[in-house]
Amino acid sequence: MKKEDVPQDLSSLGKITKEVCYATDNSGQYVTQLSKGWDVKIKALDVAWQDIEDRVAVAREKVLNKQVSPLLFFMERGLMDIAILASYTGFWKWQVKRHLKPSVFEKLSYKRLQRYAEVFNIPVEDLKNMNVHEH
Amino acid sequence: MNINFEHTQAAHCENGVTMNLLRNINVHRMTEPLAFGIGSGLFFVYVPLVKISNGPAIAFRTLPGLIFKRTCKSLNIPVIRKKFSSKEHAEIFLKECLEAGHPVGCQVGVYYLPYFPKEYRFHFNAHNLIVYGKEEDNYLISDPIMENVTTLTSYQLERVRFAKGALAPRGQIYYPKEGKPITDDAIKKAIKNGIKKNVSSMLYIPVPIVGVKGIKYTGNKIKKWRDRLGLHKAGLYLAQLVRMQEEIGTGGGGFRYIYAAFLQQAHAYHPVDELLEISKMFTQSGDLWRNAAVQAAGIYKGRISSQADFNTMGDYLLEISELEKHAFEALAKIK
Repeated sequence: MKKEDVPQDLSSLGKITKEVCYATDNSGQYVTQLSKGWDVKIKALDVAWQDIEDRVAVAREKVLNKQVSPLLFFMERGLMDIAILASYTGFWKWQVKRHLKPSVFEKLSYKRLQRYAEVFNIPVEDLKNMNVHEH
Repeated sequence: MNINFEHTQAAHCENGVTMNLLRNINVHRMTEPLAFGIGSGLFFVYVPLVKISNGPAIAFRTLPGLIFKRTCKSLNIPVIRKKFSSKEHAEIFLKECLEAGHPVGCQVGVYYLPYFPKEYRFHFNAHNLIVYGKEEDNYLISDPIMENVTTLTSYQLERVRFAKGALAPRGQIYYPKEGKPITDDAIKKAIKNGIKKNVSSMLYIPVPIVGVKGIKYTGNKIKKWRDRLGLHKAGLYLAQLVRMQEEIGTGGGGFRYIYAAFLQQAHAYHPVDELLEISKMFTQSGDLWRNAAVQAAGIYKGRISSQADFNTMGDYLLEISELEKHAFEALAKIK
């Protein structure tokens, strides 16, 4: 890739920092060139996030239908699976699986809910009610 | 606790940490491409069955931690590396290092890394940054992929050092012990050693999913993705391939351009003209990877969708596999 061909399509990262790319100058020597982003990667990241949003929407439906506890919604929203959530909260995987049942979740102590809430960076009340405050 | 430390931005985090830590112990000629090449960083692997973020597990570089380890080892620089089970001990050790005047490399997860944009904060635990001081409750941070230095509170740093999930960093800290003067001859030896290791990891590992064989394998798989996965999922898979190839830190073209830059710089220490010719082959390979990414984007944007488009995509990888095979075979002949 030639230095002048390094793409400069502004990405969300580009607003915070430019990225170093390696490209050749007129004499064929490698130099570094800063890039604000590349449309091809911006779109790839969008595709990944669209997939996550689809999953979150499915999870929300399931919670509203009382098929699962709100944990699933926040788990999907936090890009987690049961294994990651278990290791962040310090619960066993089988415990997290149980807590995904609405009947079990409703009886969880404040202290246990607190452990989940901290991992999701939300107050316990929001965890129980599936509230989302965009910030 | 302030250490005189100079931050230089890099394309890739581990290259950048390696370069900055080594420069700090007076190996001033260390550059990102040299660190990457001496550390035999170039790689390819596609692990079928394993899923990362519900997509294929593909990597364009060697395992995290190896670049730093191999580069220091090749230059005969002793390394201190520690993991912790206790968060308290991890912080005490960090403070001791800083008090002794050592900037240190830390493996961290990016999920809770506050200065990254939200869109980039996946559960990716093999990011690397340097801690070079502390002011009140703020640690001074040099993140090689960022243009400028930044800070993290002790809570924020602890959280990313003890990120959970695959490749959990477990507070891992590393730094090179004091450097001795490194001669041009020592660098030349390290370069030859790095090339040799990279030749063997790309050509000689007897598994079909790694190295140049892995690229071919992936190319053939991609041709079947449309039928096997359906258009939507195949698009997601291709987007993931492009992210692994181009997203923060590869320098473009799945590290192929950095490797081409390495071979040019290697020529200064080991003036064999073939190195410059082979460097051009890696530039060509990087360009092909970029063309493939454009083709993939056509598919995940929904602009193109036929089986012929998937065949074109797969054929790019077959062509790349052949090209890199020739390039590494040529490197293998360099004495």
